[in-house]
Amino acid sequence: MRAGALSVRWEPRTAAVCAALAAVALAAAVFVLGTGDFPIPAGEVVRALAGQGDQATEFIVTELRLPRALTGLLAGLALGLSGAIFQSMSRNPLGSPDLIGFTTGAASGALLQILVLGGGTAAIATGSALGAVLTALAVYLLAYRGGGVHGQRLVLVGVGAAAMLEALNSYLITRAELREAYEAAFWLTGSLNARSWEHAVPLAVAMAVLVPAALAFGGHLRMGELGDDAAQALGVPVQRSRTALVVVGVGLVAAATTAVGPVPFVALAAPQLARRLTRRTGPHLVAAGLMGAALLVVGDLISLRLPVALPVGVVTGVLGGLYLVWLLAGAGRRGRP
Amino acid sequence: MLTPVRKIPQREPEPLAGRLPLRNRAAGLGVLGGLLAVTVVASFAIGAQRIPLDQVVSGLFAPDGSQNALIVQELRLPRTLLGVAVGAALGLAGALMQALTRNPLAEPGLLGVNGGASIAVVLVIGLLKVDEVLVYVWAAFAGAAGAMVLVYLVGSYGRAGATPGRLVLAGAALNAVFSALTSGVMLLEPRTFNGFRFWQVGSLSGRDLETFAQVGPFLLAGAVLALCLARPLNALALGEDAGRALGARPGRTRALGALAVVVLCGGATAAVGPIAFLGLAVPFVVRTLVGPDQRWVLPYSLLLAPVMLLGADIAGRVVAAPGELETGIVTAFLGAPLFVLMVRRARIGRL
Repeated sequence: MRAGALSVRWEPRTAAVCAALAAVALAAAVFVLGTGDFPIPAGEVVRALAGQGDQATEFIVTELRLPRALTGLLAGLALGLSGAIFQSMSRNPLGSPDLIGFTTGAASGALLQILVLGGGTAAIATGSALGAVLTALAVYLLAYRGGGVHGQRLVLVGVGAAAMLEALNSYLITRAELREAYEAAFWLTGSLNARSWEHAVPLAVAMAVLVPAALAFGGHLRMGELGDDAAQALGVPVQRSRTALVVVGVGLVAAATTAVGPVPFVALAAPQLARRLTRRTGPHLVAAGLMGAALLVVGDLISLRLPVALPVGVVTGVLGGLYLVWLLAGAGRRGRP
Repeated sequence: MLTPVRKIPQREPEPLAGRLPLRNRAAGLGVLGGLLAVTVVASFAIGAQRIPLDQVVSGLFAPDGSQNALIVQELRLPRTLLGVAVGAALGLAGALMQALTRNPLAEPGLLGVNGGASIAVVLVIGLLKVDEVLVYVWAAFAGAAGAMVLVYLVGSYGRAGATPGRLVLAGAALNAVFSALTSGVMLLEPRTFNGFRFWQVGSLSGRDLETFAQVGPFLLAGAVLALCLARPLNALALGEDAGRALGARPGRTRALGALAVVVLCGGATAAVGPIAFLGLAVPFVVRTLVGPDQRWVLPYSLLLAPVMLLGADIAGRVVAAPGELETGIVTAFLGAPLFVLMVRRARIGRL
């Protein structure tokens, strides 16, 4: 499809997958809104959202529970998008922000606030955002050489940074008081409990800036996968678009982690899952982002329905991991690599 | 008039061989061996209590019951032996993993070894309420082996077979499941969390000779198997088809390699807890020195890794004296900057 300078290839399968993922994510969000000490049927939830429910229901849905669902949707979207960006840029499924230190840096920032400085919610959020951005900046500068950044080198430097920050985190956890360390461990697992508009609004603002930027540069990713030289020959300003993509990707990770903590595996799994569902050879940012949102919100719904109080990170880890196992096994049965 | 040609970005030359010329490689191996010997001696002598070398020797071979002899026998000996064995195992396991998956980011933990060991240990702490080192050792070993078998089954399921990419993805997927379950169990009860948070940081201290005696034989067997695989791994590096044409049997090499990784890495994690990064960084450093030939990579990794692990352990004793920093923390803190420096300067070593 072509509209002026923009051209989009119309792919029915990809479009169907995207629509289905969006539907799953939204449906799960509606059920999250209905779950809690005061259960509300799905129909009532929709009516309350449209402003036609009774006052009590409307208050519970829009004031108490909507921030949680919205935070989940947006953070999942951010994680899926950033995972797709970094994996494609490094041409390595292991190049997700979980593994190259950005999430770990965010965790270090938050841990320093929780365990050493003893800050509150806002301070923890600032700490984790700063941690992610500073880590990314350090990794990028250290990987910068000879006028550019090689994708593979970026990942390797990131892995080194992650190992170091992980050690710092372990040090903080082992030296802290048990009660505080236990609290920090909850945060480190990634949790959507007790999210208010205080969390959802900044995240929404950040996403309003970052998502269009990510989609604008998304087309370059695919050419970049052909290799730097080929992409250059096709007219892609490789280094400039890579810098822009790194900035956007880091922004997405920082926004998501600040809102929900370092939820594991969503950024790693969502692009892989989306790619297998759409059966595309290249990355598809929209599909990956929607897959991230669906994963996180479905995970949250399950964690809400569990008899024991477990943070959403436990559920996304188990769920995403098992799903990927199932997909791998299915692909293997059909003889595809 | 000539139009200015757009400058083509300089492409880095392919690393056909490492920096060390062939004739110097055997000598380099000797130097590393000497370095290891020095580190071992230092590990006996340095610590909260400094022990002069003559007393180290007498404490080892003719213990006279003095305090220094006791420290050498009871504390420093098991610690040093474990450091050498675990370091060598992790270095070899890392080199094997990277060769098997042909992914320079692969580290032993990736095939689910650390994840499996962790979930087993957290279950032992949380459900059985045991806190004995030897029980942890066997639980971790069983968990690591079980996890790795599972990863291998998933990665090799169906007609596609165990391709490197599928193994890595299967490992990452199952690792996520394990680590999520581990945090689930850990967060159920503060007591479990408290026990686990200290195991989670790998450390050489607090282990006795019994641990070494139980795990040592496994590590030795794994090391022998790994070294025997050097030649088949070289053939595998040429790719599936070329390797097969040269008489290599990729399936068998992969299965044996995976077995060696389980034994080496599972044993190491069982003995001292998870030590990140060593298995990733050491083979990387070695490859920039000697190139991709596994007949050099494996022995170099075998010698360099224990030097780094023991060095980190000694540094941890010196920096935080009279207490100490856990070995796993120091390994990452010293190794990571070095690794970043190497990555910056090195041509990215292909596999």
